[in-house]
Amino acid sequence: MTAFVCPAPIAVQDTVLLGHGSGGKLSAALLQQIFLPAFHNPLLSRLEDQAVLDVERGRLAFTTDSFVVKPLFFPGGDIGSLAVHGTVNDLAMGGAQPLALSAAFILEEGFPMADLRRVVDSMARAAENVGVPIVTGDTKVVERGCGDGVFINTTGLGMVAAGVDLSAANARADDVVILSGSLGDHGITILTRRQGLELEGVIESDSAPLHTLVAAILAAAGDVRVMRDPTRGGLASTLNEIAVQSHAGIAIRETALPIHDGVRGACEVLGLDPLYVANEGKLVAIVPAASAEAVLAAMRRHPLGAEAAIIGEVVARHSGLVTMHTPFGTTRIVDMLPGDQLPRIC
Amino acid sequence: MKYLDEYRDADITRALAARIRARVTRPWVLMEICGGQTHTLMRYGLPDLLPPEVELVHGPGCPVCVAPLEFVDRAIEIASRPGVIFVSYGDMLRVPGSQSDLFRVRAAGGDVRMAYSPLEAVKLAQEYPTRQVVFFGIGFETTAPANAMAVWHAKRLGLTNFSMLVSHVLVPPAVRLLLGSPVNRVQGFIAPGHVCTIMGHREYQALSTEFHVPIVIGGFEPVDLLEAIAMLVDQLEDGRAQLENQYSRSVTREGNIPAQKLMEEVFEITDRKWRGIGMIPLSGHRFREEYAAYDAERIFGAQEIHVEEPAECISALVLQGLKKPVDCTAFGTRCTPEQPLGAPMVSSEGACAAYYAYRRHTAPEASA
Repeated sequence: MTAFVCPAPIAVQDTVLLGHGSGGKLSAALLQQIFLPAFHNPLLSRLEDQAVLDVERGRLAFTTDSFVVKPLFFPGGDIGSLAVHGTVNDLAMGGAQPLALSAAFILEEGFPMADLRRVVDSMARAAENVGVPIVTGDTKVVERGCGDGVFINTTGLGMVAAGVDLSAANARADDVVILSGSLGDHGITILTRRQGLELEGVIESDSAPLHTLVAAILAAAGDVRVMRDPTRGGLASTLNEIAVQSHAGIAIRETALPIHDGVRGACEVLGLDPLYVANEGKLVAIVPAASAEAVLAAMRRHPLGAEAAIIGEVVARHSGLVTMHTPFGTTRIVDMLPGDQLPRIC
Repeated sequence: MKYLDEYRDADITRALAARIRARVTRPWVLMEICGGQTHTLMRYGLPDLLPPEVELVHGPGCPVCVAPLEFVDRAIEIASRPGVIFVSYGDMLRVPGSQSDLFRVRAAGGDVRMAYSPLEAVKLAQEYPTRQVVFFGIGFETTAPANAMAVWHAKRLGLTNFSMLVSHVLVPPAVRLLLGSPVNRVQGFIAPGHVCTIMGHREYQALSTEFHVPIVIGGFEPVDLLEAIAMLVDQLEDGRAQLENQYSRSVTREGNIPAQKLMEEVFEITDRKWRGIGMIPLSGHRFREEYAAYDAERIFGAQEIHVEEPAECISALVLQGLKKPVDCTAFGTRCTPEQPLGAPMVSSEGACAAYYAYRRHTAPEASA
């Protein structure tokens, strides 16, 4: 008597089950039917416990980021594209061109398989657009109620070209601060969706990969000091970090800051300051004054830098502080927030 | 943006500042009562535009700041109970009680949620009929009508699992206390435009007449505030003491009568303790007997909690305009928004937090 063998192949279900994280047949089905077709590349297809990369001699940049955004899908992107762009941008801010990504998923039991497919396909498209392969990954499933649909971690490796030395500690007095575009689009898109606010005009996330913009900047000037993407905590937090690490002050001009009307309006309604709202497709470049015009022109020629603007200078006074010149001719501090921005009562 | 850009216009603001400089002949001490006005003044650096003769002191109009410590403790105690969904406006969540804050309660497993409107809490009570939903009803006459509306609505729906922890405070009794104080320095007031949108002119007219003090009802944008200051300086230089309304695009003589009626329907006037100031007679709200079923203090049992304020904190003097935040020995060192000694350092509308956030580059290097 032979053992009973079920003739039907194990199919991926409508929803994520605990078994999809078991390492057994359901896990294999998930890999074969969702992840491998989307991310296909020679390194991943080997299905080893690790990807082995051939790299040329040089300096490697290495970064990791986790994505827990809610809602998962929003105008201008979703958690999948964000997970690719976020890590690519962290590499790019060090002047690195992305080489490979990993992707780890923590799925909640009961998460709709159609949504997972949508997220994974979006990730694959984003990675393809950047030209970076997703070469290794992992999936775990947690019990219903122990997650929030899907969490994604991506880790990235990139190559830093010789001679590139970017650091938040490099800003020097009289350097110029350039911002690549409008503030607050990503954060306001997410917050208005969460609050169910319907606002006039289209606001969408600026989620985008910045590595080609960075390449354009580095091609325009060899002496760029700092690049940072003002994500969580917004421009204010990024500039404060640079001021502290560089032991310098930063003075910006309020009238120079590009902020779209929809974002300004939403910030008024929600009681928020756009300086502290997250961006996912913007960067701040700090360059010596002599290179500022060349860098600005290079940024403006790039589609992701069309609204680039010089927003201020690095100054020798008030080390570690960021100040802002208001349209009224007065000056105030732009502080780091102690925690999340909290809406005011009235 | 319509109705905002006009009131943030730099040319108009500077022209108003020039008008004040041209008019002023001697020192005047003015108070903006509302924390929202303090916030705007600091955020835009407006005191720098004023001549040195005009001194601004910052009033007690920050509801988060004047909520007594024991009241915050009371909220924390209720929010920690199993089965309770505790709903609050965002900026109360970080306000420290004597031991903890609502964020820590949430981290420890309490169901604490942030809302933009008390009606969201009523909706939660409908959604979770087996849970007790408690709203943290804090604020001045501005927020009280919305809270009254939520209670009225809950009663109409017959909800038995919705209640409110109420600590509304009223502006005029606090102004009366300041004006009656023998150490009062304030010679003119910018009255809170949002409160007056609800309450109208009447109470401020009475204060102006009784104490012979100029009061201008002011808005919240730079042009509003500079215009209100200019109107006050005009009155003081002329020797007039009248009630004037700068914020006429929002405030009418009668105020919002339906809102006033709703407030009176649900709440009655009572004595209230103000953090940093103490007990002020007839300066707050409590539930009327007909609405007692919605009073969280009764439902969860009133407890006498008594806590001491940190001795070094001079918030009492700051809230009365007798001291500036930078006069405090702890400012920016032992008292910061991350580790506040007193509530004016916690809320973005608190005078100390506004100074710390926007003005500490002008203070001596002590804070750096």
